[in-house]
Amino acid sequence: MKQQIIVSGIGGQGVLFLTRVIAQVAVNQGIPVLTSETHGMAQRGGTVLSTIKIGDFASPLIRTGQADLGLLLWEENFPVHQSILQENGTWIINSPHNSDHISIDAAKIARNLGNAVLLNLVLLGTALKQGALIFTAEECETAIKQLAPKKFVEQNLTAFHKGLNS
Amino acid sequence: MKNKIQLLMGNEAIGQGLIEAGCQVAAAYPGTPSTEILQAVIDRREKAAEPLHLEWSVNEKIAFEVALAASYTGKRSVAVMKQVGLNVAADPFMRTAYIGVKGGMLTIVADDPGPHSSQNEQDTRLFCLQARVPVIDPASPAEAKELIRPAFELSEKYETNIVLRPTTRICHSRQNVSIAKPITLERQANFELDTPRWSATPAFLPALHKKLNANLEKISFEPDWQPRLTSGDNSQPRTALVASGIVYSNLVDLLEELNLNNKIDLYQVLMPYPLNPDFSKNLHEKYDRILILEETYPVIELQLAHPGAVGKQNGAVPREGELTPDVTHQALAAFLDLAPPEEKPEERRGQRPSLCPGCSHRSAFYSIKKCFPKGIYPSDIGCYTLGMNLGAVHTVHCMGACISQGAGFYQAYQQDAGDFPTIVVTIGDSTFFHAGIPALINAVIQQARIIVVILDNATTAMTGGQPVPHMGIAAGNVPTKAVAIEPLVKAAGVEFLEVCNPYENDKFEDLLKNADEYIRSPQGGVAVLIARHGCIMDPAVRKVQDSFLVTIKDNCIACLICVDKFECPALSMDKDKNLAVVNQDRCIGCGTCIPVCPVDAIIKEEK
Repeated sequence: MKQQIIVSGIGGQGVLFLTRVIAQVAVNQGIPVLTSETHGMAQRGGTVLSTIKIGDFASPLIRTGQADLGLLLWEENFPVHQSILQENGTWIINSPHNSDHISIDAAKIARNLGNAVLLNLVLLGTALKQGALIFTAEECETAIKQLAPKKFVEQNLTAFHKGLNS
Repeated sequence: MKNKIQLLMGNEAIGQGLIEAGCQVAAAYPGTPSTEILQAVIDRREKAAEPLHLEWSVNEKIAFEVALAASYTGKRSVAVMKQVGLNVAADPFMRTAYIGVKGGMLTIVADDPGPHSSQNEQDTRLFCLQARVPVIDPASPAEAKELIRPAFELSEKYETNIVLRPTTRICHSRQNVSIAKPITLERQANFELDTPRWSATPAFLPALHKKLNANLEKISFEPDWQPRLTSGDNSQPRTALVASGIVYSNLVDLLEELNLNNKIDLYQVLMPYPLNPDFSKNLHEKYDRILILEETYPVIELQLAHPGAVGKQNGAVPREGELTPDVTHQALAAFLDLAPPEEKPEERRGQRPSLCPGCSHRSAFYSIKKCFPKGIYPSDIGCYTLGMNLGAVHTVHCMGACISQGAGFYQAYQQDAGDFPTIVVTIGDSTFFHAGIPALINAVIQQARIIVVILDNATTAMTGGQPVPHMGIAAGNVPTKAVAIEPLVKAAGVEFLEVCNPYENDKFEDLLKNADEYIRSPQGGVAVLIARHGCIMDPAVRKVQDSFLVTIKDNCIACLICVDKFECPALSMDKDKNLAVVNQDRCIGCGTCIPVCPVDAIIKEEK
């Protein structure tokens, strides 16, 4: 069982947290996992990209045209990171517009929950609903509970469920 | 232990490894991609089996020297820095190769091929070759952690400093990592006097140099640190691949994807310096062609000097930038005469980084640019480098350079005997302590007429908020003495010193103009202005600060001043309506954009 995922957004959107949640699910299942993340200067509102490789891999980086799934938190990054996905890969996109890909206005849903940054977990819920991940919703919930600061666990789970039931 | 396997970032894995190996003194200066290493040690300090001193030192040279002396007492120690930090620590680092250590000492230097967040992509392995210090090049976060304890043991066996060189892709990758119990070494500090060694004068150095050379040769033969061979099936006779660091991992995945694993001899070089001469001899005898993949300089390649080498020296492997899986694929395909990978579409740039909404640096830069549109603006390393987006940063060089560069600009202009431009230097508080103080003293005694704005946000912001000397907090939130900036500035001989919150733009601009008058007055010299406002990333700062609902009225004239010149990422143009708009998801309601609007279209309401 192998899966290569990218998470694309801008600094401050919660790309790192979403990356960690997915990787933690793998660890909880006893599956090897590698991620790479953007830290430093680019985190100040610039484009950031995480890669996640689940299964037996040596490197955290993904070659052009090899990723199975792309979670796009910042729609404008699409032309920047488009080429990393394989031709028949799945995109889940945070966008108020319809497109050829699976789109959801995750930012709006998150805003209605009181915090735009929750869009990361709305998008994760949507990915689960679309069967785009090799994990179950319960496995994701466990990881969210493990990683979210205590006082934000409920809010995070609510966002995840909004995506799951969207 | 609750979790035997944890998901850890490379830097966290290294921090965990230091605790497990019984490291008792850890000193660092923050710098991407190394910062989270010391933070991880701080976060785990309760797990340490024995007493542990941790510090965010004022700079890398100091971090190195603190760790060095701790090692003289027989304890295990570490100094942590980014690659350019080693330049700052170069002086003690180079001498330590000759003098050696007692307790195990590691210097962890994180390189940044790319670079992603650095002012160059220098290769610490080449630095080590020049310094004659053994260097380890791990290929994954888990491997970086595993190698720490044996590296301490190697350091103790030869009484030599050892460098562990992770790169960004090791530091900032996460992996499932095994956790072990910290060991107990039961060492009491015991500095054994050996003056000819610890204070070695030139008379003693030839002997120490000879010993160093002998040790390096022995280390190159250490069985645990030899290149690791994964044998091929001889379908590619007299051909081999040699790789180190993350590129080795990229290559392993690539060979698997191309169904070439175990088809060709593959060597992982764990310790790129010193290389075992027998390894080199073996490669010369057994192979006609070898592909060498390493980041960033040809360190292994230079040492091997193989006549059939394909690598950076013959240009077959790019000499700059990361050797990503795509680049690795191209090099491998060319080497093995495989179908070349599909042309990668031209790389497109994403969103550029900006100062955060509400960042007080933005207000300071806007005012500086407004007061001195023809000024020269030397700046420095930190978040405030992003002041270049506002056109208020003209040079960025290395930690602390801005003050000396400002002085240099002044000296060059003033000798022409005409007017000189207003030179406004901007430097962060952490950078000021790191390397700004000697530069300030120098500017004063050389009678430079410059304005130095210390952007004091009470933290080391760029790297995630490490403590700074004037806040009275040390690593791990431990209270300590505070060393204030103002008395330091005065003691440096500065006679014009003012402090202002740059959110108060009128007052700040008046002070800038006063400073300009001062530097141009007969008795003028260096003027220092401290622009003081807490970092907006700090929740405590946000909590005490007024927050408004900021909106833009229809009388906006689309002049773009707020969007382009003030450059707040929460402001953009609505192209349909031809009005500036506030993105409420990103706006923090600071209201600093309000005075920028020439027609008062930006308004605020109480939330």
